[in-house]
Amino acid sequence: MSVSGLFLDPFLDYAFMRRALVACLALSLGSAPIGVFLILRRMSLLGDALSHAILPGAAVGFVFGGLSLWPMSLGGFAAAVAVALLSGWVARATRLKEDASFAGFYLIALALGVLLISRHGGPVDLMHVLFGSVLAVDRDSLLLIAAIATLTLVALALIWRPLVVECFDPGFLKAVGGPGGTAHMLFMALVVVNLVAGFQALGTLMAVGLMMLPAASARFWAASVEGMAAASVVLAVLASLGGLLLSFHLELASGPAIVLMAGAGYVLSILAGPRESVLRRYFPGRHLEA
Amino acid sequence: MATIRLDGLTLAYDRHPAVHHLTGDFAAGSLTAVVGPNGAGKSTLLKALAGLIQPAEGRVTLSRLSRREIAYLPQQAEVDRSVPLSVLEVVALGHWRRMGIFGGLGRPEIEAAREALTAVGLGGFEARPIGTLSAGQFQRALFARMMLQDAKVILLDEPFTAIDARTTADLLELVQRWHDEKRTVVTVLHDYDQVRRLFPETLLLAREMVAWGPTEEALSPANLLKARAMAESWQDDAQVCRRPAA
Repeated sequence: MSVSGLFLDPFLDYAFMRRALVACLALSLGSAPIGVFLILRRMSLLGDALSHAILPGAAVGFVFGGLSLWPMSLGGFAAAVAVALLSGWVARATRLKEDASFAGFYLIALALGVLLISRHGGPVDLMHVLFGSVLAVDRDSLLLIAAIATLTLVALALIWRPLVVECFDPGFLKAVGGPGGTAHMLFMALVVVNLVAGFQALGTLMAVGLMMLPAASARFWAASVEGMAAASVVLAVLASLGGLLLSFHLELASGPAIVLMAGAGYVLSILAGPRESVLRRYFPGRHLEA
Repeated sequence: MATIRLDGLTLAYDRHPAVHHLTGDFAAGSLTAVVGPNGAGKSTLLKALAGLIQPAEGRVTLSRLSRREIAYLPQQAEVDRSVPLSVLEVVALGHWRRMGIFGGLGRPEIEAAREALTAVGLGGFEARPIGTLSAGQFQRALFARMMLQDAKVILLDEPFTAIDARTTADLLELVQRWHDEKRTVVTVLHDYDQVRRLFPETLLLAREMVAWGPTEEALSPANLLKARAMAESWQDDAQVCRRPAA
């Protein structure tokens, strides 16, 4: 098979492949930098918890509107925000730490969501909600995903500086009167909307894949926050392309194929990334003079 | 003319006082060491002075001074040095009050940051990632950041813990310079010799004030004995404090 047959024709010949590609590119642009900040703030598992928290809201939307875009997206957004606020409140008001209270609420949310959807729909609906169907992304979903990516990039540009300082030295930011709290709240909202966007394409279980895997890999490629964000986007784009082509040629499920490609990038970065990777650790080259 | 006045200041965690009915003044331009046993409330006091925690009772009054003019250096443990930032980026944060969220760094600001780095003995370290600095070098960088803040009041929480002797001496010189520039400096310290040599004023704290005044008097053997004897324990069954508020 020719190079164009392998890499270009699937997208040239099929509109659904083009839409899927654009959706994944938009997701990569927004979600991957968000993932970088989750990692810098040592909140890597929070994305996972919140993506599950989307489910009951999306399920309520499903019960009332079927598999349609707006009810499920708005419901999912509301449910994830509710879980985030509730967990935060429980952590502040009681002895339970934030990660523990998150774990509690997201498990409740996941169970509730699966229950609602299986009660009111079939196994196909459940599969759709859990794993998404990026190949079935329609024009409206695409617009929503692209709008969220745009919003994310603009918002990140606005809160970039306080967000970085909040990761590094929150006490300093507070002492100089910087808007650390506001930046944190906005950032959490961005995490949730990006998971809602990811939910459209990749489903509740896979949505975090494009957010966290490229972000975790980025550390092995760049030595600045800006560099990590850029590297994560590039890695996410490559994983999207690779995953879609893989799923097309081998007739694999597209969402998991994309996430697995991101996973392959992650393993590769750990092993052989240019910075602090396993390769660098065990084969550092001869030491320098100074 | 007091800069910071404390009136019956009580700071509590979960209703248990960490600082109990503390009254006194930090005079403008004074150089004060805060000393006392572990759990004496020294760090808590500094946090309250910086406006980061609210008094359970009593108050902190600032005269001819706004919160914005107070710079605070917390203990190193509260900083995450794995965030990939360069030394220059961290030092330039000292300009925060002027540049805020969107303001750019002009040539004068970058020049000032370089000068501060040279002043703390880190000339040439601008591009180094902060993760590669030693503890002493990193503390020097934080002092450079503090220089740029150009604050009237400077609060340092155990700035020399786990820092080598050479760096400590260099940074103490900087503290002395701030004192000469008539800034008000309050530092939590553990080394009594250091305090006796360089700090004119001392607050000896053991949750309650043991002594506050000229260092030699505050650190008298009798006062030190008293500080040691005062209970450090957290009593679960402590009664509600009936002492009148200031």
